[in-house]
Amino acid sequence: MSRRYTINNSAAEQRIFLNRVVAAFILILVLIACLIVRLAYLQIVGHEHYATLAKENSIKIAPLPPTRGIIYDRNGRILADNIPSYTLELVPEQIPDLEDTLQKLQELLQISDEKIEQFREQVKRNKRFASIPLLLRLSDEQVAEFMVVRPFFPGVDIRAGLVRYYPYGELVSHVIGYVGRINEQELKTLPEANYRGSYHVGKSGIESAYETDLHGKTGYVENETNAQSRAINVVNANDPIPGVDLYLTLDIDLQKTAYDALEGYNGAVVAIDIKTGGVLTFASRPGFDPNPFVFGISAKAYKELQESESQPLFNRVLRGQYPPGSTLKPFVALAGLEYGAIGFQNRMFCPGFYQLPNSTHKYRDWAKWGHGSVNMNDAITESCDVYFYKLALTLGIDSMHEFLQKFGFGEKTGIDLVNEKPGLFPSREWKRDVRKSAWFPGETVITGIGQGFTQVTPLQLARATATLANHGKVVQPFLVNRVLSHGVTLPPNTPKDPVLPVHPENVDNIINAMINVVHSSRGTAKKIGLGMPYKMAAKTGTAQVFTVKQKEHYNENQIEFKLRDHALFIAFAPADDPKIAVAVVAENGGHGGTVAGPIAKKVIDQYLKMVAASAN
Amino acid sequence: MQIETQHEDFEGHSWIGNVLRKLHIDIPLFLGLLLITALSFVILYSASTQNLDVLVKHGMRSCLAFLLMICLAHVNPYQFKRYSTILYTFGVVLLVAVLLLGVFGKGAQRWLDLGFFRFQPSEMLKIATPMMIAWYLSEHALPPKSRELVGAVILICIPTLLIAKQPDLGTAMLVASSGAAVLFFAGLSWKFIVAGSAFLGALMPVIWHFLHDYQRNRVLTFLNPEADPMGKGYHIIQSKIAIGSGGISGKGWLESSQSKLDFLPESSTDFIFAVFAEEFGLFGCIGLLTLYLMVICRCIYISWQAQDTYSRLLAGSLSFTFFVYVFVNIGMVIGILPVVGVPLPLVSYGGTSMVTLLAGFGILMSIHTHRKLLPT
Repeated sequence: MSRRYTINNSAAEQRIFLNRVVAAFILILVLIACLIVRLAYLQIVGHEHYATLAKENSIKIAPLPPTRGIIYDRNGRILADNIPSYTLELVPEQIPDLEDTLQKLQELLQISDEKIEQFREQVKRNKRFASIPLLLRLSDEQVAEFMVVRPFFPGVDIRAGLVRYYPYGELVSHVIGYVGRINEQELKTLPEANYRGSYHVGKSGIESAYETDLHGKTGYVENETNAQSRAINVVNANDPIPGVDLYLTLDIDLQKTAYDALEGYNGAVVAIDIKTGGVLTFASRPGFDPNPFVFGISAKAYKELQESESQPLFNRVLRGQYPPGSTLKPFVALAGLEYGAIGFQNRMFCPGFYQLPNSTHKYRDWAKWGHGSVNMNDAITESCDVYFYKLALTLGIDSMHEFLQKFGFGEKTGIDLVNEKPGLFPSREWKRDVRKSAWFPGETVITGIGQGFTQVTPLQLARATATLANHGKVVQPFLVNRVLSHGVTLPPNTPKDPVLPVHPENVDNIINAMINVVHSSRGTAKKIGLGMPYKMAAKTGTAQVFTVKQKEHYNENQIEFKLRDHALFIAFAPADDPKIAVAVVAENGGHGGTVAGPIAKKVIDQYLKMVAASAN
Repeated sequence: MQIETQHEDFEGHSWIGNVLRKLHIDIPLFLGLLLITALSFVILYSASTQNLDVLVKHGMRSCLAFLLMICLAHVNPYQFKRYSTILYTFGVVLLVAVLLLGVFGKGAQRWLDLGFFRFQPSEMLKIATPMMIAWYLSEHALPPKSRELVGAVILICIPTLLIAKQPDLGTAMLVASSGAAVLFFAGLSWKFIVAGSAFLGALMPVIWHFLHDYQRNRVLTFLNPEADPMGKGYHIIQSKIAIGSGGISGKGWLESSQSKLDFLPESSTDFIFAVFAEEFGLFGCIGLLTLYLMVICRCIYISWQAQDTYSRLLAGSLSFTFFVYVFVNIGMVIGILPVVGVPLPLVSYGGTSMVTLLAGFGILMSIHTHRKLLPT
């Protein structure tokens, strides 16, 4: 033991150590001197100032929450407003007996047990000196009733504030979203200082995507208070900076037309201004009334919404993933031309079905007896399936995947909203990695007509249509007009490849075929073309919800409504100078041309009229 | 063989001196600690608005802590050296355990619940880390070369990062500084010290770059509490009012208005110095600082007198860390340092920090009272 105590080579080491001890001691003295200087500053120089502040023991700091930005449509009509509202707030620290106070208030103002329980939760999460709301949106009677007894309730007060109101309700519920009470999860990630005094945060839609901008910056006020802690005088204030007012590209009239046109169906209508990428309509039906969410929707009402068969809370435009059906055909056709897999005039024979070599499985055409000899124009106009079965096989899945991905299939559009779904365009790699299986030629065949694994969101479909109309110059959809909305910080999304490498003459051929869909006597949407004063280019689509067995036939009237095909429609107009691109999905609508086409027509008609009117 | 020594400080042969000497107690240090602790009761009585419950609990905790100090003073310093690595490793394992418990328990966690009491492993590392670094450096020739520096930095970083992850930035900082203090006392070249500080400074923008917006906001609030007047800034504003209104001579014991009416949050724990400053004024503050300085001086004297490298480094680090405690707490209360959860040593109510601190003093006493007489 004592061996360890022998001092080894100690002289030098000790000298180093002693030097350092001296250095440390000097540092300590200097730092203590700093403390004393600062104390002297506070207690001698600042004494008078602080003594005044302390005199009445009276400085209380309260947050000044900023006014949330208003959301307007493109014509300045208010989509999300702030309306005055009275809130009953409690500061636990200043209340002698919280339980007793709660009980008395509950009797006085008829507050539900659920609300009281919510309040208790909030108390646990907050500091004792923070003001916590018990009851939102007091009626004038409730305000009056409380004001009479206010002196008997120290630490309880009514605050006049602004709350969110959505005048258009369900019409824009999916695009605007809504604000709701800040929950535990959000409490952890929101910037603490900026949310003192704020009870609401954007939960979905624009309200969530632009939360930082809409919210603004919280200010605070130093109040002089009396013994009951009620403010009597403002000592110092730091004003809040209100949130940014947002102007959307959305047109509420057009939105209403689209939403109303969908009546009777669940589905989605998206319209994009091709010149800018601004989204004109973003309708997802059914919607829901977002206003109850602001004040805390009751558990029962929420459950009803969640369990409703028509899924009103589901944002079909952004998150609905549907098989594109025949609406994919113009893009597959363009791929065929670009890759040299086929010429525009090359003809094929369609007998009404297609069989792979060495296979008995028949891939049927929607026209039982076939289309006869067709070229690409006929195949698009009449929506011939067999032509596209063969074309897909010639192209191969790899080429199709490469080309269609450029049009945004299988990728998020990057619109300025959160929680977008990417859809899916299958590839060999995807099947290997996700489905753990090899790619079969039969899967290539049905991919050619937009069936199989392929899934698109209505927004993706609209974007691809707009890009096609724009001759490959990618149209990037967005909702907030950055020029009008002063001070928005969210950076704009720029498309990955701004211009797709496609030949204009190939695009023109495809567009001509799409014009024939509406305007030729054999087009699948010829009904809507009758008497149309402008030229529209379009494509119908019918997406299978369930598979018809080999020996059976699809009969619309014999199957349950919810298993009926989805009706799809893509269109843009005017064909020679495209201004608007539209994608429509009507769930279980049957045939695209019959149900979805007229919806698109209504939207385009109205928009072109509006454009003409504003030009005059 | 080791020879017990009675040294120059206390030649008196009173029976009480004899008893204390037999207990391996260093009398000046003991008296200093006793004085501060006694003062803590006076302040706490006022800060807790004359709550006797608080005083009883504080008394029990102090007794426990003093008992531990006396026990540790009995241990031969050689044993500390021998168990340094084991203690350190054990501590790190416990930190990992706490972290895993936190992960599975879905939430931040600092405690290890042993059923009868809750144990905070990060407290243990406040002592185990300087012990480990002192052992590691004393195994090599001083001053440390770059290789030892790298080793020591890694040994410091492991517990520091684990504690910072809990997240307990205050303790993490104390642990890191206790380890760094050992390096400093070991004679780490000034070149390295300057380069190290520069490197840390340069690292900040890089880390900043990888932070989320909300994390940046947290850091900004942390650095500039006035930006969040309802949170940390509220403490600072109220504490400055309390201190400033105290003036030169103070308002007198039990006369502090700020803490009594609950304007000053955490008045018995982290912000207790504000209460003291309000009641006893600038004179009182200078007095308290002098008391702390006396304890620090004695600790430094003990490290000066230590006879081997390990003891010297450990004693130096423990003394310096004690000062860091005082400086960080008071600096935060008077608004020149960011708000971190560091209590005022020996005075603040609650927490296990008092036990840890007195354990450190126990080690210092052990080092001092187990010296052997050197042939002169």
